[in-house]
Amino acid sequence: MVDINLSEAEKRYIIDGVKLGIRADGRGPLDYRELELETGVLDTANGSARVRLHRTDILVTVKMELEPPLPGRPNHGKLLFFVNCSANAAPEFEGRGGEELASRLSSVLERLYSDANAFNTAGLVVVPGKYVKAFYVDVEVLECGGNLFDVVSLGVKSALYATRTPRITITGEDGGELEFTLSDNPYDVDRLDVTNAPILITHLRISEGITIVDPTIEEEQCAPVSVVVGVAPNATICAVHLLGPGTIGPHTLKKALKGSAVLGAEIHARLIAKLKQEESIPDRRIRGFLG
Amino acid sequence: MEIILASECPPQETLMAPTASSHTRLVTPGEVIYEDTSYMRGHGTYMEDGCQVASVAGYVSQVNRLVTVTPLRQLYQGAVGDTIVGRVTQVGGGRWKLDINSRLDAELKLVNVQLPGAEQRRKNVEDERGMRDLLSEGALVCVEVQKVGQDGVLRLAARTNKFGKLGQGMLVSMSPSLLVRDKQRMHDLPCGARVVFGANGYIFLGPTCDQEQGLSYTDSDEEVGVEVRESLARLSNCLRALAKHSVMISPTSIMAAHDASIQLNIPVKDLLKGDVMRDIAIATLQDIADT
Repeated sequence: MVDINLSEAEKRYIIDGVKLGIRADGRGPLDYRELELETGVLDTANGSARVRLHRTDILVTVKMELEPPLPGRPNHGKLLFFVNCSANAAPEFEGRGGEELASRLSSVLERLYSDANAFNTAGLVVVPGKYVKAFYVDVEVLECGGNLFDVVSLGVKSALYATRTPRITITGEDGGELEFTLSDNPYDVDRLDVTNAPILITHLRISEGITIVDPTIEEEQCAPVSVVVGVAPNATICAVHLLGPGTIGPHTLKKALKGSAVLGAEIHARLIAKLKQEESIPDRRIRGFLG
Repeated sequence: MEIILASECPPQETLMAPTASSHTRLVTPGEVIYEDTSYMRGHGTYMEDGCQVASVAGYVSQVNRLVTVTPLRQLYQGAVGDTIVGRVTQVGGGRWKLDINSRLDAELKLVNVQLPGAEQRRKNVEDERGMRDLLSEGALVCVEVQKVGQDGVLRLAARTNKFGKLGQGMLVSMSPSLLVRDKQRMHDLPCGARVVFGANGYIFLGPTCDQEQGLSYTDSDEEVGVEVRESLARLSNCLRALAKHSVMISPTSIMAAHDASIQLNIPVKDLLKGDVMRDIAIATLQDIADT
C-alpha cells in the first residue's frame, strides 16, 4: 500500500521478533493498538464517524437520498460505498495512485454488506417499487499508517450506527408525483440496524503458521501477503479476501480464521458498548479536528 | 482491542510550565515583529514595507540589534559537524542520496566514506560498481554533516569507523527541535540498548554491539534476544510518549521514562495507550525536575 523502504536488517529484526513472540513495539501477535473513535463529527451528513488507529485516520460519512430501487429489487433499499484515498494520506496516492486501493476497499465493503444477514436493506423502502432509501457511505482516508482495512470497516460500522434520518411520511399525491414531508423533530428519526454488521480483521502472514493482526506500516513492508477476514458479531466468518501477491498455507489460513472469529466477537462487543456510551453522554461536545 | 472515545481523552495541553521568561514573544508567520528598520534581519524573518515580519511560527530572540525567530517545529536545517541518521533513497553516480528529514535529500559521496578494511586509498571504478553492496536502497546509515552546499544540499561524510551502516533495530522519527543538543550522539544505555540520537530527529535503537571496531558495512545475522527486544520496545514506546507530549529528548530523559515505566510496573505494550503515555511523560518531567 504505502511504501517506505526498510533496510534488510530492520526487516530481519521485525520478522525475528514476531517469530519470538514479541513485536517491535512490544505487542503480541494478536494485540491491537488503541483505537480512537468519535461519531457525529459532521453536521451535513446523516451519520459520520472519525476513527484513528495510531497514524491511520479515517473519516466516514453516510448520506441518505430517496431513489428508485434497483430493477429486480423493488423492496430493497441501497447501500453504496465510495472510498477516496486522497494524496494527503500518502504521496503515492497523488493523481490516480490511490484509485486501485480505493476501488479494492469499496468492493470489499460492498461484498461484506451485500448479504441480508449482514445488513438488511428490506426495511428501507418508502414506496415499494418507486422510492427506496439509498445510503451513500463515503470513506475518506485522511492518513494512511497501516492496517487500513480494519479501521475502515470499524469506521463504516460506527458511522452507520450513528446515522439518523428524518422520518418520512407521504402526505398526498399531486399529478402522479408523491408528496413527502420530513419530520422537523430532531428526535423523530429512523436509525439503521447494525447489530449484524461485520468488521474486517487483517492477518499479515509473516511466515507459515505465524500471522499478526493490526500490523504497523513497517511490519506491512516485511511480508507480501495478508488475508482480510470479515467477522460478524456472532463470531461467524462472512468474508475472506487475499491481499497482495503470495500464498497462505491451509494450516495458516485456518489458524487465522479461528483467531479472527474470537477476536472479532470481542471487538464487536467493545465497539457497540463504546458507541452506546458515547450516545448516552448528555450534550456531548464534538471534538472534531481541532480538539 | 481498546477503544476510547474522543470525548474521553484529555485535551492536548502542555505538561510543562513555560520556562522562558515573561518577555519571550511567540509569533506566527506574517506577524510584524518590529515596525522599525534599525534591527538586523536574522533567520526566520523578512522585511516588508519597512517592517520586520516573521516567516515561521516560533519565539523571537534578540542579540543586540539582531532579531531572529526560533521555530517551534521544523524540518532539519543542517549544521556542519552534526551526527545524523539517514536512509538511502538512491544509489548511483558515485554517491548515495539520503533521506534525512530535511527539505532536500542529502548527498553522501563514495569518496567520503571510509571503506571496510580501513585503508586509505583512492576509490576506483570497481568500488563504484560495488556501491550497492555497501549500502542499498533503504539502508540506514549514521553519518556526519561535512558541508552545507551552495544549493542547500547537505554533503555528508562517514570518515571514521564511528559512522557507517546501522544494523538490526528500529527507527523512531520525530521533530528535530525536540532533541537536546549534545556533543555525544551515540549512547550505550544500561538496559542493553545502543541509541543513536540523530540531530535530524531520526533516532535509531539497536542492541549494543560489544566489538570495538564500531560500525561496519555487513549485516549481522545474529538473532537479537527477547530481553533486549523488550527493552528496545520499551525505549521506543517511551520515546514516542515523550515526543507526543513535547518533552525534550536526551539520554537522561529517556532513561528516566524507561525507569519510570518499570517502576510503575507497566507492560511494554501498554505504553502505546494514550493515558499511560501521558503518565510516563509527567513522571519523566517530575524525575528531571527532582534531580
